[in-house]
Amino acid sequence: MSGEEGHGVNGAASAVAGDVIQLDQVRKQYGSFVAVDNADFSIGRGEFFAMLGPSGCGKTTTLKMIAGFEQPSSGRVLLEGVDVSSVPPYKRNVNTVFQQYALFPHMTVADNIAFGPRSKKIADAEIKKRVGDMLDVVRLSEFANRRPSQLSGGQQQRVALARALVNYPSALLLDEPLAALDLKLREAMQIELKRIQREVEITFVFVTHDQGEALTMSDRIAVMSQGVVEQIGSATDIYKRPQSLFVAGFIGSANLLPAVVVQGDSNGAAFDFWGGGRITVKSDHVNADVALTAGEQVTVMLRPEHLHVSGTQPSGESLSATVTDIVFQGASVRIVAQLSNGTEVTALVGGDADLPFLRPDSTIWLSWNPDAPFVLDGWPSVAGATTTNVDSVEASL
Amino acid sequence: MNPTAGIARVAARPERVGLGVMFALAIGAVALGAKWVSGPASAVVAVFMLVAVIGLIWVALVGGLETRRTLAPYGLLKPGILWLSLFFLAPLWSMVVMSLSSKESRFDFFPSFSWEWDNYRIALTDFRPQFLRSFGYAGVATLLTILIGFPLAYVIAFRGGKYRNILLGLVVIPFFTSYLIRTLAWGNILADEGPVVSIIDNLGLTGVLESLNIMDNGKLLNTPAAVIGGLTYNFLPFMVLPIYVSLEKIDARLVDAAMDLYSSATAAFRKIVVPLALPGIFAGSLLVFIPAAGDFVNAQFLGNPQTTMIGNSIQDQFLRQLNYPVASAMSFVLMFIITIAVLIYTKFMGTEDLA
Repeated sequence: MSGEEGHGVNGAASAVAGDVIQLDQVRKQYGSFVAVDNADFSIGRGEFFAMLGPSGCGKTTTLKMIAGFEQPSSGRVLLEGVDVSSVPPYKRNVNTVFQQYALFPHMTVADNIAFGPRSKKIADAEIKKRVGDMLDVVRLSEFANRRPSQLSGGQQQRVALARALVNYPSALLLDEPLAALDLKLREAMQIELKRIQREVEITFVFVTHDQGEALTMSDRIAVMSQGVVEQIGSATDIYKRPQSLFVAGFIGSANLLPAVVVQGDSNGAAFDFWGGGRITVKSDHVNADVALTAGEQVTVMLRPEHLHVSGTQPSGESLSATVTDIVFQGASVRIVAQLSNGTEVTALVGGDADLPFLRPDSTIWLSWNPDAPFVLDGWPSVAGATTTNVDSVEASL
Repeated sequence: MNPTAGIARVAARPERVGLGVMFALAIGAVALGAKWVSGPASAVVAVFMLVAVIGLIWVALVGGLETRRTLAPYGLLKPGILWLSLFFLAPLWSMVVMSLSSKESRFDFFPSFSWEWDNYRIALTDFRPQFLRSFGYAGVATLLTILIGFPLAYVIAFRGGKYRNILLGLVVIPFFTSYLIRTLAWGNILADEGPVVSIIDNLGLTGVLESLNIMDNGKLLNTPAAVIGGLTYNFLPFMVLPIYVSLEKIDARLVDAAMDLYSSATAAFRKIVVPLALPGIFAGSLLVFIPAAGDFVNAQFLGNPQTTMIGNSIQDQFLRQLNYPVASAMSFVLMFIITIAVLIYTKFMGTEDLA
């Protein structure tokens, strides 16, 4: 966890050296449908940047505008400081790894990789050298004369990477590059992608709907929803300090508990849960946009792994709940319980924890460290936990 | 002999039984169709074929599941083998025999086989102009169908959207009318008093077209251009459909990828779309060139005596001169040249490794 955190910070720091890509209030509209609304951020040199969000959130459209396949309705796209908003793709020094790879079926692997340099009219000897080097980087030297159809999915993926990287682009754009691979291969390719990125030191902009993928690989992540960039930050940042309910629910799994402000100031704040129970939070665990006036509607986020479970009422703040479901998951046990007002809460405890009191319908007390809760503005539209890919998030933090 | 052992031996090699029966059926059908046998002997052959079929079914019934699985394709082949043997192989054989026969007199309608190679000499020397003209016309028509058909197929495949199937239907719709009628209609359209000639006259283009050898003496009908035009028109769908099929399979993202890799739209078209459409162009060329080379309808209705194609000459020799031996020899020469041409074409254009 700490390793990833350190990496995230370093990546963000090195980005300051110079921005490769800048989006300046970019908006894309199809008819009356706004696909991307006011995207305004920059991506630094050598950064591994992910755009994460559910399908239809505008991440692919944003990528296409950077690549040049789509033109922004308003705003500017800058590449190395130059406005390229109306420059066609073949005149932009960025290359794309397409979702299904889009390898040229009538060409060998080597010819596929040489396609870009040949279009640029680079000398044959130089092309040969570059293609050879690139085949080494993606470890496909012995497949140079194969056709794409003779390669496995993972190999095709690496050819697509090599074909893009051989041009030494300012940035490499990857559109759901791992979506077509099975789970094992996807995990291997995540590490492989990271290795290649370190080796070539090129900016990677990566579009995915898989948060595990984004959290594992990226220096920074832009979480998007319905055309809007909800938050940009390191993996730990968006996991621990989500700036919107959407991010809190989308990244990992979270218990989103509606509450109201009792009182609060710069030293801390207290909240009453909707349906009973009180929680006190340090002021730096309250999102900046929360107004600490009594009666204000807020949401308290408690990650399942931060909840402690006990059979008797602990001394500090706690909530009592009735167990509805216990799922043994190997490394951990997932406990689903209902608060007195019916809100469902999920807790995650170690698989080896000895919890004899735990059986369906028994009453348990949930407690937490003072550091664990995080408070956001507004009430969630659906009360209770939003459970997504718990394990991949766990593994990556 | 122990019958059980015999059955076991036969059932162990069912594919040989299948092949043997197919061969027997083919030989039997040709023997009947090409009149190798006549009278009571043909009854014997028919019985022999019937026995072969029953034998196949019997082996399948006594053999196990594996045997039946092996024999099933041969069973399904039977109607096809019989049909082709009777109506293709048998006539072909008769034509071989006819092409080497000689006529006693002009009115001998039953020429006798006599290794008459002179028929082939006549076919190749007396009818050389018609042969050359046929391949020339068919070649030009094939090129024209590519030039017209490719853009058409391209637009339907990539820009057709939801109208794709309707547009494809429009390409095929002329086939709802008889070939003959379509060609006769072209005769009306190109006629001296017809709309095309009058438009050309009004635009004052007659001279230009005459100098391009497209018009002759102010006429469009009964010129080589009319014959080639008719061939192009009649065979165009055979070019459009295969090209459409191969274009339609192209992933539009390949073009995006090429443009992403510094190719302009034109370069992407040249380097990605055209190579991937080659299998379609190849198939279309065969479908157009082969029937066009043997065509006689267009030359007859749209041409003049100086534009006769080999199909017209063969028809003439068969039906008017009743010179079956020479007509057969000409047919064989045509088949032979087309086969060689196709083999060479396949050798250079062969695209099976594209799969």
